[in-house]
Amino acid sequence: MTQKQKKLLWRILAAAVLFVPLYLISEGIVHWAVPRWALLLLFLVPYLLVGYDILRKAFQGIKNGSVFDENFLMTVATIGAIALGEYGEGVAVMLLYQVGELFQSYAVGKSRRNISALMDIRPDYANIEEDGELTRVDPDQVAVGTVIVVQPGEKVPIDGVVEEGTSSLDTAALTGESLPVTVGPGREVLSGSINLSGLLHIRTTREFDESTASRVLELVENAASRKAVSENFISRFAHYYTPIVCYAALALAVLPPLFCTLTGIGLANYATLGALWGDWVLRACTFLVISCPCAVVISIPLSFFAALGGASSQGILIKGSNFLESLSRVTAVAFDKTGTITKGNFAVETVHNSPWERKKVLEIAAHVECHSTHPIARSIMEAYGGHVELGRVTDVEEISGHGVVARLDGVTAAVGNEKLMQRLGVTFSPCHHVGTVIHVAYDGTYGGHIVIADQVKETAAQAMAQLRRSGVKRIVMLTGDSASVAEKVADQVGIREYRAGLLPADKVDCVEKLLAEKGRGDRLAFVGDGINDAPVLARADVGIAMGALGSDAAIEAADVVLMDDDPVKIAKAIRIGRKCMAIVRENIVFALGVKLACLLLAALGLANMWLAIVADVGVMILAVLNAIRCLFVKHL
Amino acid sequence: MKKSYKIDVDCANCANKMEEAAKKTPGVKDCTVSFMTLKMKVEFEDGADAAQVMAAVRDNCKKVESDCEVFL
Repeated sequence: MTQKQKKLLWRILAAAVLFVPLYLISEGIVHWAVPRWALLLLFLVPYLLVGYDILRKAFQGIKNGSVFDENFLMTVATIGAIALGEYGEGVAVMLLYQVGELFQSYAVGKSRRNISALMDIRPDYANIEEDGELTRVDPDQVAVGTVIVVQPGEKVPIDGVVEEGTSSLDTAALTGESLPVTVGPGREVLSGSINLSGLLHIRTTREFDESTASRVLELVENAASRKAVSENFISRFAHYYTPIVCYAALALAVLPPLFCTLTGIGLANYATLGALWGDWVLRACTFLVISCPCAVVISIPLSFFAALGGASSQGILIKGSNFLESLSRVTAVAFDKTGTITKGNFAVETVHNSPWERKKVLEIAAHVECHSTHPIARSIMEAYGGHVELGRVTDVEEISGHGVVARLDGVTAAVGNEKLMQRLGVTFSPCHHVGTVIHVAYDGTYGGHIVIADQVKETAAQAMAQLRRSGVKRIVMLTGDSASVAEKVADQVGIREYRAGLLPADKVDCVEKLLAEKGRGDRLAFVGDGINDAPVLARADVGIAMGALGSDAAIEAADVVLMDDDPVKIAKAIRIGRKCMAIVRENIVFALGVKLACLLLAALGLANMWLAIVADVGVMILAVLNAIRCLFVKHL
Repeated sequence: MKKSYKIDVDCANCANKMEEAAKKTPGVKDCTVSFMTLKMKVEFEDGADAAQVMAAVRDNCKKVESDCEVFL
């Protein structure tokens, strides 16, 4: 508890101790002959003790021209009750209102700390070795290329590559993956992971601000500022609700008794005219007690925040509450095959139809593709195994969706698909193998083709089944690969629809079409690996990038970032969205329902102030507790 | 230009009120206040002096909610 909360707690306890005997006396349960004026003075002690700050704020509010705030309402309602002789109720309302405030402040503070702890990957310092001694420095001050030392138990502060040492890293805070990762020299390490066993020397490859931990934190912190429709609805609602209830209270205090007085109808029920007016003013005061919107207002952002926090603890970064809302309404998911359904680690299976030996074909391909970061290029270079001399390659031209043309040792060489061969007018032999086929031409002659196959992820089939179970009706796989590869993969994981042979621009068209075909309230999610699909990520209702840690473009373009590359997390993200929205709806309906019911009962004179304040505080407590359920998503 | 400031405020509705007050301050293009992260994100008008505008934002917030604080 903070200092402020502790102080409020003591005030509440002290006021309660004073209040209870006074209440028993005023109700006649304990007999003590005390004049009314003395009783009033005695009641004012706990009243002022517990409510002086509310009174002060109400006064300041009037001075600054913002009349309809909850402090003002509480002040008017309680003073009204006391003025009408209901001392006990007036003081009790103030007391319980403060109990509610304290609970709210405590619960929110607590969940704020819990959620922050889940996301606590901010490194505080970096170790630099100077003359054999370690010095702690601000990670902000570390230049790219510096060697930093990370001891066991410490967080890796900045992204880099291991220079020296082996260790296992706990990346749970980043990826939600609880299995430690073993790293050694040459391996890339991401900031935010925790060094578990050995001493690591790491050469930094990024500035602190650009490092994974900083970027992830920034993303999570900004998430709360993108508000969902229901969040905005609630703040707009609060904006109108309070004034409306106030005017209704004013009308309730004046119109019915005025009507009675003028027409004489119902006057017989009251002993005096004063009793008539007193009764209606008291009903109006009860109305005011219910008019405080805080219970509703607090639970909605808390639900979203808890869900965002819970999701990020599972390695799912959601960039805003609005995307939680969209996720909950996803009924169609489009996948970019590579990197999402398949591993994207291509391996050269075989070389076919070549007049030359395998090594030469691979050498040509590896050199032409030497500037490409595409996984296919990497696998070719891996299969070649030899040293790639960049100096031998000139005039590299990448033709999107076709391949690469370049000069190798001054001779034109082309590496790409059938379309590229057709474009260059090279006769080629088509391949019957299932896999990605890369044709090679050198000096205008056909040099055969390289067959590269990708592996399907182990969890892909399970992921599709889970998506269907979570209510996704349509799953479409998009790929630039040939129809035969697409069919094989789709079959393996249980996808019925696929579009093959797409250029990057075609994928946007495909997504446009899918968007046009879905129902009005439905949402389409697109899942990509963040390489070359930023436009599609941006176009879909929800762009999900996976395995995207370290890819800045993907983190920028996506709405949801999966930190590891397990496709099962997609269904989980959708379920988190659904759970969160269900809780938000429950809270809106429940809190508003109880409030409206109490307003009605108060207007009819069936609810007294006790009921009103208990309903107000009780609803708030239940709504907050319900909202915190959003945090528990581990086994969802 | 966008900047993020730490704030302190006690209730969710008060955070909403701060957001509205900040939005109405001259020099502020847009503003979001997150009660959960206790952060205020302010987008300034072109050419506005952030320090000056934020001093006004702080004053306006204090007017609607005397218990709040914006850490500049």
